[in-house]
Amino acid sequence: MTDISQMPDAAPTAKPKSGSLFEKDARTKRRNAAESRFKMYGIAAIGIGLLMLVVLVTNIVTAGTGAFQQTYLELNVELKADKLDKKGNGNIEDIKKVSTFGYAPLIASALENEVVQLGIQTDLKPKEMGKILSKAAQAELRNYVIANPDEIGKAVSFRFLTNSRVDGYMKGRVTRESIANDKSVSVEQLDFVDQLRDAGVLYKAFNLDFIFGSDASDQRPEAAGIGVSMLGSLFMMFVVLALALPIGVAASIYLEEFAPQNRLTDIIEVNISNLAAVPSIVFGILGLAVFINYMHLPTSAPLVGGLVLTLMTLPTIIISTRASLKAVPPSIRDAALGVGASKMQAVFHHVLPLAAPGILTGTIIGLAQALGETAPLLLIGMVGFIASNPPDGIVAGFLSPNSAMPAQIYEWSKRADPAFYERAWGGIIILLIFLVTMNTIAVLLRRRFERRW
Amino acid sequence: MMNQMTNVERSVDSKNIKIAANNVQVYYGDTHAIKDVNVEIEDKTVTAFIGPSGCGKSTFLRCLNRMNDTIDICRVQGDILLDGEDIYDKRVDPVQLRAKVGMVFQKPNPFPKSIYDNVAYGPRIHGLAKNKAELDEIVEKSLRRAAIWDEVKDRLDAPGTGLSGGQQQRLCIARAVATEPEVLLMDEPCSALDPIATAQVEELIDELRSRYSVVIVTHSMQQAARVSQKTAFFHLGNLVEFGETGQIFTNPVDPRTESYITGRIG
Repeated sequence: MTDISQMPDAAPTAKPKSGSLFEKDARTKRRNAAESRFKMYGIAAIGIGLLMLVVLVTNIVTAGTGAFQQTYLELNVELKADKLDKKGNGNIEDIKKVSTFGYAPLIASALENEVVQLGIQTDLKPKEMGKILSKAAQAELRNYVIANPDEIGKAVSFRFLTNSRVDGYMKGRVTRESIANDKSVSVEQLDFVDQLRDAGVLYKAFNLDFIFGSDASDQRPEAAGIGVSMLGSLFMMFVVLALALPIGVAASIYLEEFAPQNRLTDIIEVNISNLAAVPSIVFGILGLAVFINYMHLPTSAPLVGGLVLTLMTLPTIIISTRASLKAVPPSIRDAALGVGASKMQAVFHHVLPLAAPGILTGTIIGLAQALGETAPLLLIGMVGFIASNPPDGIVAGFLSPNSAMPAQIYEWSKRADPAFYERAWGGIIILLIFLVTMNTIAVLLRRRFERRW
Repeated sequence: MMNQMTNVERSVDSKNIKIAANNVQVYYGDTHAIKDVNVEIEDKTVTAFIGPSGCGKSTFLRCLNRMNDTIDICRVQGDILLDGEDIYDKRVDPVQLRAKVGMVFQKPNPFPKSIYDNVAYGPRIHGLAKNKAELDEIVEKSLRRAAIWDEVKDRLDAPGTGLSGGQQQRLCIARAVATEPEVLLMDEPCSALDPIATAQVEELIDELRSRYSVVIVTHSMQQAARVSQKTAFFHLGNLVEFGETGQIFTNPVDPRTESYITGRIG
């Protein structure tokens, strides 16, 4: 105070102006303008973010919904005994000797009959007509006959997949102009498809096989489904949950509640934070080196994928668990210790239950992250493997080669046929539904169990 | 009521020493927080620790049940004897000690559980009840001793955190007495309470004196005068003066005590 009073009188130049409160001075105006400018920036930023989200979601939905619909052709197929069971003794081994190729004439003649019955006029030869069907149709027919040998000699109604060009035509992806250079479908065939559609035997329907079915080869995009890789992801998530949750929680409790504060624990702490920022492909190469090259675990197996993703998820779980342990007020620990609880009793009876919602939220978010992870799977061979058969039992589920949802999406997006592209988007919709569901569960858990003290 | 309590019987019949501290030094890292404290705390007596903020009275209180063990940088030297046994001896398990020396904290800190579970927790972990009936009995007895039974007997399943501040603090006292401690440490138990709740807790402290040795840290000199028989005045980590409450407040020996009591320092 004394210093100020000794200063020369000229020194304080800025004096508060004494004006009316109803008039804003220049300085206040500038400050208010700056504030409203800042608010505008914020609103603009949020607007841009929302716009991007809307564009993304519309894009995904418009491109992907096609995958949930598929074009089918209903056919009445006569399972001729002279072709399928030449010896006529019903021996299943003999029936199996007829290859998928041998079923083609049955379908062709069934289609021919259908055309005659419906009174459709076309110049196409029966063989050309048959080409509008998927190559999967013959396999489907053969599987049915082998499963039901008693049906031989009868006429059975089937709903066959049409090939991807016909399906694309029905969805508007393929037009008469766009097939000018396409050898797999002709304009006459598309006319034929129109006639069948008008007759009501060729139609679009919900494609359950896309959600539950298995992947198919390059030639048959119409038969490809994401179901098997969904199982692969599920088994990986089992591994991640079973390993990352107990290890992560145990490590966090030790570090947070028991470990002494010294240089070593500081280093561990910093490195856990660093691990959370390590690119996932690095974990992939670690998994390749350790789990596959050194420990000789099977390649492409969900077990190995799960182990790699566990490494990746651990830091996330440890960080969120430690944060929620830290958030429990120390007064609760004091209270427990004060009545003579041991440190472990204090932690397990009081601190952990209070931290549980936070731990669960962190775990679910970590799992959701792992579910969408593609890069590490690339290195352990879960990408590129065609998941054509669902795993046979639980052990096989963990050990037999499989793919995972994001890997399957990546795989489809690489393939040439635009029908696969549509499926990639469809797969993204399914993956996003899973992620949104998991995150919603996390939010609900937090809301439901959040305690106030 | 408060005036009655100033006239509490000052003389203590039995010279029964419960806790004896000899040359206690406490360090927080490099800071010498408690310097050479010698004090004898008697059984069935309320002993008040007074002094300005940061004088070390809470730190010393927390030494008495080794709550300072949870702070890594805290070191305690010297002897603190409970019934003649050094509580800092290597053979002493702090968990067992804390069952004997209960503690009530500054801010009411009930567990976010039911009122019943709050009180029953201590007896449960120490195995004091053989069955549910015995546990019920302990809970009722403890809540009665903490003078809160009539207010909560119809809602023992309600959360302890839903009570008012004063009720919460009495619940914490019930929780502390449920383990049948011999000494009850109270770290500014009324600083978060309104005057009515404070009066209730003070009345309770006077009742607790019949069973326990009570040590209370307080900022309020009036409170110390109302509830305690012995008073210790701490200043800058030193125990300046220790004696009969009446003598400390009416005829202090040390000039620093006099200054504090008359409001010149602190």
